[in-house]
Amino acid sequence: MQKKFGGSAIFLDRSDINTDEIIPAKYLTEVTKEALQPYILEDLKLAGFDPKSDDLKNATVVITRENFGCGSSREHAPWVFEVNDVHTVIAESYARIFRQNMFNCGMLAIELPKQDIDALMKLQQAGKVTVAVDLDKQKITAQAGDQEKEFTFEISQFDKALVVAGGWVEFADSRY
Amino acid sequence: MGKTLAEKIFDSHLRDEPFQGTKILNLDRVLCHEITTPVAIADLVWRDKDRVFDRNKLKVVIDHVTPSKDTKTATQAKILRDWARRHDIPDFFDVGRNGVCHALFPEKGYIRPGYTVIMGDSHTCTHGAFGAFAAGVGTTDLEVGILKGVCAFREPATIRINLNGTLAAGVYAKDVILYVISQLGVNGATDRVIEFRGPIVEKMSMEARMTLCNMAVEAGGTSGVCMPDMTTVEYLWEFIQDEFPSKEAALADYQQWVSDPDAVYASTLDIDVSTLEPQVTYDYKPDCVKSVKEMSGTPVDQVYIGTCTNGRIEDLRQAAAVLKGNTIAGSVRGIVSPATPKIFQEALKEGIIQIFMDAGFCVTNPTCGACLGMSNGVLAEGEVAASTSNRNFNGRMGKGGMVHLMSPASAAATAITGVITDARTL
Repeated sequence: MQKKFGGSAIFLDRSDINTDEIIPAKYLTEVTKEALQPYILEDLKLAGFDPKSDDLKNATVVITRENFGCGSSREHAPWVFEVNDVHTVIAESYARIFRQNMFNCGMLAIELPKQDIDALMKLQQAGKVTVAVDLDKQKITAQAGDQEKEFTFEISQFDKALVVAGGWVEFADSRY
Repeated sequence: MGKTLAEKIFDSHLRDEPFQGTKILNLDRVLCHEITTPVAIADLVWRDKDRVFDRNKLKVVIDHVTPSKDTKTATQAKILRDWARRHDIPDFFDVGRNGVCHALFPEKGYIRPGYTVIMGDSHTCTHGAFGAFAAGVGTTDLEVGILKGVCAFREPATIRINLNGTLAAGVYAKDVILYVISQLGVNGATDRVIEFRGPIVEKMSMEARMTLCNMAVEAGGTSGVCMPDMTTVEYLWEFIQDEFPSKEAALADYQQWVSDPDAVYASTLDIDVSTLEPQVTYDYKPDCVKSVKEMSGTPVDQVYIGTCTNGRIEDLRQAAAVLKGNTIAGSVRGIVSPATPKIFQEALKEGIIQIFMDAGFCVTNPTCGACLGMSNGVLAEGEVAASTSNRNFNGRMGKGGMVHLMSPASAAATAITGVITDARTL
């Protein structure tokens, strides 16, 4: 079943945020996704960021910079987002394994060019940013205060099929 | 137009291309450990699909936290152990026979030129040293691999790195790969295979090639690869001697995987390593690299020698050569973890374990342990480690800790003085 995308955004304005920052290895001893829930972004090194803040608690979209999710192959990174209702990540670029893990879980890892991410970051000045995602039209609408901005994004047919199918297991099971 | 090694493997293993640019490959090896596999197993059970595509192509080990340190890790081990027994998987390695996956599986002869290999572990790229396409994947890819024996990839273009010149004495594969990563950057090889070529690689042992390929992912690479040659054949010979009439015949067969001379590369980087000095990381990214000389004098609290990068016999020999006749500084905790039982036994026989213990090192069983701050040497807040591992991320070896990555020789020298030290200056 397709997940819900978009919603309230949190901005992580740094490149190379790694999977150890998203979910530290000491929590990899958990054997359910749900158990990871309190530890989201616990070790993120970013000035002013508080992993216990309401901003993060209320967020369902993460907007960030380059090479997001680099490092470990741990799917615990997408899972910790999933169990915190963050189904959409928007970044300049991703590490390969993290990106694939997101789509494999039926979640969206949207890539936008730097100038679009800059524009999204700037939109914060107008207030809390809310993002709507139209997967069919491959379009994002970001809104803050009285301002609204639209962006289009590319997604491979395969990744789109995974999102529609609800993940790779469903897709693979129907074909192989 | 010629093909790269990676392209040849993709062509020969192609199962399906559901959409342009997406290749579904048949898998020769699906490797499993106790951290990323249990959730896949639970999901297969929940879906009423608790099956494996080919029990002989699955290789399974408990390595990250072993022997188990608490109830949670014991549960993970038990889930994997019960599953391996339930499916009668012949190659399952438990306490006493287990070691770090990327050292153990090559040592058992499981990885061959031309193979496709996946594992729920980012350092799976290590196995490309054998001329295989080996990629780290997440748990969902692993789950489909276990069930169906396939995995989806965007076909990666290849970056060719020609390593030319001569390595100076006291400069090793680890120094080379740290330097390469500093040149590529942490995402310089994303969606790319890194092909290590040139006279330096040709002269390297399989152990050294594995050190190179192990860190391909630290530049974002899907897989590192080396061309199969006589060194590959010699390493594998005890496992393949029934398959080929002679080593030459094996070599001739394996050469089908070597990249064609007119293969097309995304980019080519020529590096003359003749003037390269021992390298070390600073800060929290593996592309933050300086010479050991520049960082010398930085105090450390712990020295860790081991891991899938540098826990093999050659690595222990290099460290022991520096340590011999010395004791480590009183301010330093030294920990060495031979990566497999076989390596441990060889080190015992060669007197290497004696040298480590005489120097004041703690010798642990084979495990991933401290590398990712899970057991056997976690750092306290504010502590600094010199480590032969592959990641220096913030909190990697323990919350608030700092990790400096370096070669086994540099780590041994650092243990002796208590500050980051170029082994050649001792």
